[in-house]
Amino acid sequence: MLLLKIFFKNALRHKLRTGLTVLAIAIAMLAFGLLRTVIDAWHAGVEASSASRLVTRNSISIIFPLPLSYKDKIRQVDGVDIVSYGNWFGGIYIDEKNFFANFAVEPRTYLELYPEYVLSTEVHNAFLRDRKSFIAGRKLAAKYGWRIGDVITLKGTIFPGNWEFVLRGIYRGRHSSTDENQFLFHWDYLNEMIKKTSPGRADQVGFYMIGAKNPNLAAQVALSVDRAFQNSLAETLTETEKAFQMGFVSMSEAIITAIQLVSFVVIVIILAVVANTMAMTGRERAAEYSTFKALGFRGRHIAALIFGESLTITMAGCAAGMIATFPAATAFAKAVGTFFPVFNVDADTLYLDIAFSLTVGLLAAVVPTYRSLKTGIANGLRTVE
Amino acid sequence: MKIPFSYNLRNLWARRLTTILTASGMALVVFVFTAILMLAQGLQKTLVETGSPENVVVIRKASASEVQSGVERHQASVIETDRDILIGADGQRMLAKELVVLISLPKEGSDKQSNVVIRGISGRSMRLRDQIRLINGRPPRPGSTEIITGTSITKRFRGADLGNTLRFGMRDWQVVGIFDAGNTGFSSEIWGDVDQLMQAFRRPVYSSIIFRLSDPSGFEAVKERIENDPRLTLEAKRENRYYLDQSEMMAKFLRILGLSLTAIFSFGAIIGAMITMYAAVASRIGEIGTMRALGFRRSSILSAFLIESLMLGLAGGLAGLFFASFMQLFTISTVNFQTFSELAFQFSLTLDISWKAVAFSLVMGLVGGILPAIRAAHMKVVDALRAK
Repeated sequence: MLLLKIFFKNALRHKLRTGLTVLAIAIAMLAFGLLRTVIDAWHAGVEASSASRLVTRNSISIIFPLPLSYKDKIRQVDGVDIVSYGNWFGGIYIDEKNFFANFAVEPRTYLELYPEYVLSTEVHNAFLRDRKSFIAGRKLAAKYGWRIGDVITLKGTIFPGNWEFVLRGIYRGRHSSTDENQFLFHWDYLNEMIKKTSPGRADQVGFYMIGAKNPNLAAQVALSVDRAFQNSLAETLTETEKAFQMGFVSMSEAIITAIQLVSFVVIVIILAVVANTMAMTGRERAAEYSTFKALGFRGRHIAALIFGESLTITMAGCAAGMIATFPAATAFAKAVGTFFPVFNVDADTLYLDIAFSLTVGLLAAVVPTYRSLKTGIANGLRTVE
Repeated sequence: MKIPFSYNLRNLWARRLTTILTASGMALVVFVFTAILMLAQGLQKTLVETGSPENVVVIRKASASEVQSGVERHQASVIETDRDILIGADGQRMLAKELVVLISLPKEGSDKQSNVVIRGISGRSMRLRDQIRLINGRPPRPGSTEIITGTSITKRFRGADLGNTLRFGMRDWQVVGIFDAGNTGFSSEIWGDVDQLMQAFRRPVYSSIIFRLSDPSGFEAVKERIENDPRLTLEAKRENRYYLDQSEMMAKFLRILGLSLTAIFSFGAIIGAMITMYAAVASRIGEIGTMRALGFRRSSILSAFLIESLMLGLAGGLAGLFFASFMQLFTISTVNFQTFSELAFQFSLTLDISWKAVAFSLVMGLVGGILPAIRAAHMKVVDALRAK
């Protein structure tokens, strides 16, 4: 206890310098926390995926469709419970900047596969009854101020034209990791319109979503589905939802790696600042430390003093930075909007904050300690500030 | 009277460890700042150089890229007869009807897949792009299942080298040539015969029509003619504009990310400089008193400390810039969100970015040094001399 008091007293001898150092650490930890959260948000789709859901797409690439007739064949495969299907619609709401995911899906089975999209029974039924309707996530509806019954127009990029939809329901996510920024409408509506405008593209789906009876058999189901369509005009590639989502994440791997590197750079920057503070402190107190030594204190006592002070400063900054991360993350999530549908600070980020602060605190004290231990008593006492 | 410059230099040297630590903190910030600007610049440069202002790309209205577009054969024939298309030396129109789709291929050295642009080309495609040079092998014969691959593809994807075969669309495609398109998006593409690819992918429509204008300034007239033709639901863009649009979202994302990161980081570095300069002032109170007593003015003291802080910033800035310039040796390959396909590009350092980096480091030094310098300048001579 006494030791802790000494650390604080020592740290507060230069209030301005200590205050600035603590502030610098707090900012660095805040930046680190935000960067980690950005990386986590990138992986949000992977985290939210279920082990029993499988995605089937055309094996050439995601932009090629599959025939609707595959639906019944997939249903016959052993271990398949529910089959749903849909298309990435890629519609633009007013302006290209307002990006959010919009899918045309078979509504009944799709909602069965995604129990984490919570809708009341009446809303659920109202959505199923109205072919021109859509449901939106809570965050998405809040962002654009949509109310039940509103008519929303999307401009099609893949399917040309202006498409009108009526909002019939707003779903809530069951977990904090559930994407509440989706726009889901009836696949039939899309298909009927295509039949009129370009019949050649009708009855094609972008992907099948499969619910396996048993998550342990998911890999086997995936194999059986792909085998069923081998050597057909549209061969399939089936993978778990997690692997499918991971495929998207790994495409922008270079950027994620860059962000990760940068998040470590900030730690090094802060190491330089704290080490500087400790070096200056050590230099100023050279005479003091020599006095201690002359009084009979050992090297380890002096080392404890320096290390303790360095850790006190870094941990104070770390605590401040961790507290500031939460409001900053909320503000950031609001600013980037639908680009990152899920943006939560993870507990791991906080542990890493603490771990890195400890490391910085320890490393920063190394050189001053080494210097003060190496300085002879006479030399130290002779030092002038 | 001015305080000699060597005074500043020797001060920085006297506290070497502190100077190095402070400057390296700033150097890291400048490094991140420069590297991210170089990345955004590299991406934009790559896509801008891909297009030529003399060429026109025609795609379906409201489709943001060639991949989403569809141009029916009869629509393509209408475009083909436009009177402003350049006629080449062989008497043929400089026009190509192309197909652009994405296929996923496994990356070299991992089992991860990524999306690659595959372009179905017709006779004029090569000649419409001046940047393309065949560095190995020969062009694909029309009507055959032969392909040529860009240099970035050869390096990054498995089985894309000369003599290998790639399997997609239920056929085997032999790689008969490697082409180099310099620092352009074409280097990240695979090219093959358009009719064969349309068959293989069962896409009965073209993705885009590319042609060269006989008179580059006549673009507006051509655009109006195409977009107002009731038979067509197409839009025309200059090729360079088309590729610039594709880089916009990603470059903006990189710039916003970079600027907000460096804004936060620079706070840390500025505080570091401030700590250093406050300490420099505090340990030199006696010196300051002496100088004032000798007749140096407050403004000289102020500028002396500011110069010292600026030099710290400059040292950090130059070091950061120096290390960032090595990033030019690296090539980054990532998926462009807008086109959803893999694109390789290099960090690119321009004079403009260098100036910005140096200016940024000087601003950091200035902001960090101004308060300590003011404190130094405002000391009373008597008090300063009395201090230990």
